[in-house]
Amino acid sequence: MIRLSVPLRQALARLSVPVLIAAAFGTMLLGKADALFVERTRMALADLLAPLYSVAAEPIGAVRQAVGEARMLLDLRGEAARLREENDRLHRWQAAALALEAENALLRRQLSFVPDPAPQFRTARVVADAGGTYARAVLISTGPFLQVQKGQVALDERGLAGRVTEVGARSARILLVTDMNSRIPVVLEGSRARAIMVGTNGARPRLQHWPSGMQPQEGDRVVTSAESATFPAGLPVGVVRLGETGWPEVELFAQLDRLDLLRIFEFGLAGILPPEAVARPDPAARPRR
Amino acid sequence: MARKGRPASAPGLLARLDALARSAAPSVTTVAAMILAAAPVGLPSLLPAVSLAGVFFWSLFRPASMPAPAAFGIGLLQDLLGFAPLGIGVLTLLLVHAAALRLRRVLAKQSFLLVWLAYCGFAVLAVGLGYTLQALLGWQAPPTVPAIAQLGLTIGIYPPLAWLMARGHRAMQRAEALA
Repeated sequence: MIRLSVPLRQALARLSVPVLIAAAFGTMLLGKADALFVERTRMALADLLAPLYSVAAEPIGAVRQAVGEARMLLDLRGEAARLREENDRLHRWQAAALALEAENALLRRQLSFVPDPAPQFRTARVVADAGGTYARAVLISTGPFLQVQKGQVALDERGLAGRVTEVGARSARILLVTDMNSRIPVVLEGSRARAIMVGTNGARPRLQHWPSGMQPQEGDRVVTSAESATFPAGLPVGVVRLGETGWPEVELFAQLDRLDLLRIFEFGLAGILPPEAVARPDPAARPRR
Repeated sequence: MARKGRPASAPGLLARLDALARSAAPSVTTVAAMILAAAPVGLPSLLPAVSLAGVFFWSLFRPASMPAPAAFGIGLLQDLLGFAPLGIGVLTLLLVHAAALRLRRVLAKQSFLLVWLAYCGFAVLAVGLGYTLQALLGWQAPPTVPAIAQLGLTIGIYPPLAWLMARGHRAMQRAEALA
C-alpha cells in the first residue's frame, strides 16, 4: 500500500475533481460522437447484470405479489361481483364469437382465402427497468435458447407493449410504446381510419394525424396497422379515451407498469428500424470474436 | 468483511483488510443499491435518487471513502444502467461531490433536518442540471412531469436511506475506535 502524507493526499484530491469534471465532459462528447461504442458498453453491462437481475426477480416478484394479494383481499367482494358481471358479458361475446367464427370459416371456404401464417413467438422475462427519468423501456433476459433481433414486436398477455431496440448477448432492450420516441401506425377498428400513436412518457399515448372528418371517438378499439411494414395488421393496442384537454389518447391493453413476461414475436417484417440502428451492424448477426 | 484467521499469523494484514473493507463499503453499497434500484418494481426511476443520496451522504460524512473517482464511477454506472445520454450522471454526481466536500465543515455538524434541507437544495440543482443537460444533449425539451416526480422521489427517499447509511457510518466509527 502506498502511504501518502496528508497534505499531498489533499492536494491530489483537490486536483482530481477538476480533472474528473473535464473527463465527464469527455464522456458526454464520447456519448455523442460514438453512439455505437456506448451502446455496446451498455449492452455488455446489461448482459453482465442480467443473471443477477434474474435471481433478484424472484424475491422482488414475491414482494410485488404479496402487496397485490393484500390489496385484492381488501376488495374481494366487489371484485367477485365485477367478475360475475364480466363473466355474463363474456359468455354473450363467446356465443357471438363462435357464430362469427363459423360464418368466417364458411365465407373463407367460398373465397379461397389464404390465411396469414401463425406467428412464432418466444416468451422472455422482464428483468430490469431500462428507462430512466426521460424514457420508457425495459430489459428482458435472453440467452442461447432465446434469440431476439432488432425490430421484433413485444406483447404482454393483453396487447402491444413495445419493440426490441437493442440486443446484447444475454439481454435485450424493449422500447415501450409510451416512450416519447415511439411512433406506432394504428388503425381505429370501427372506422378503419389510420392514425399515428405517439408516446408521451405518460401512461396514455396520444393519437395524431387521423384523416380529416374521422375524429377518433371515445371507446374505439385501436389495433396496429400494417403500413410501413413494421407491425402486422390487427395486433390489439388499446381503446380511445378523450384526455383532459379533449385530445384523443389510447388506454393501452398492455399493463406497462407491471410487466413481468413479454412475448417476443417474429413476424418476418423488415420495416423501419429506429433511425440510429440503420447504419449499424446487427450485433446478433456479427460473428463472435 | 475480514474473516477470522489464525490470530498469531499476521494481525497487520487482517487490520489492513478490515480497513480496506471499511473504506470500500460506501461505494460498494451504493453501487449495489443502484443495481437493485434498476429492478422493475413499477416505480418511476429510483436510480438517480439512490446514487445522489449515496454520493451526497458519504461525501459529507466519510469523504475519504467517497473520493472523486468513486463519484465518477457511480455516475458512469448510473448513465449506463439508465440508458440516459452518457455524461449527465457523471457530471451531476461529481458536482454534488465537490459541493458537499466544500460544505462539509458546516453541514456535518448540523442536525438531520438541516442536512436534509441542504440535500433538498442539492436535489433541486441536480435534477435541474440533469433536465438541462438532457435537453441539450437530446436537442429537444424533455417533459417536466417526470423531472418533478424524480425530484420528489429524490427528496423523499433520502431519510430512509440516510438512516441506513448513518447506522453503517456509526458502526464503522465504532470499529475504528476499537482498532
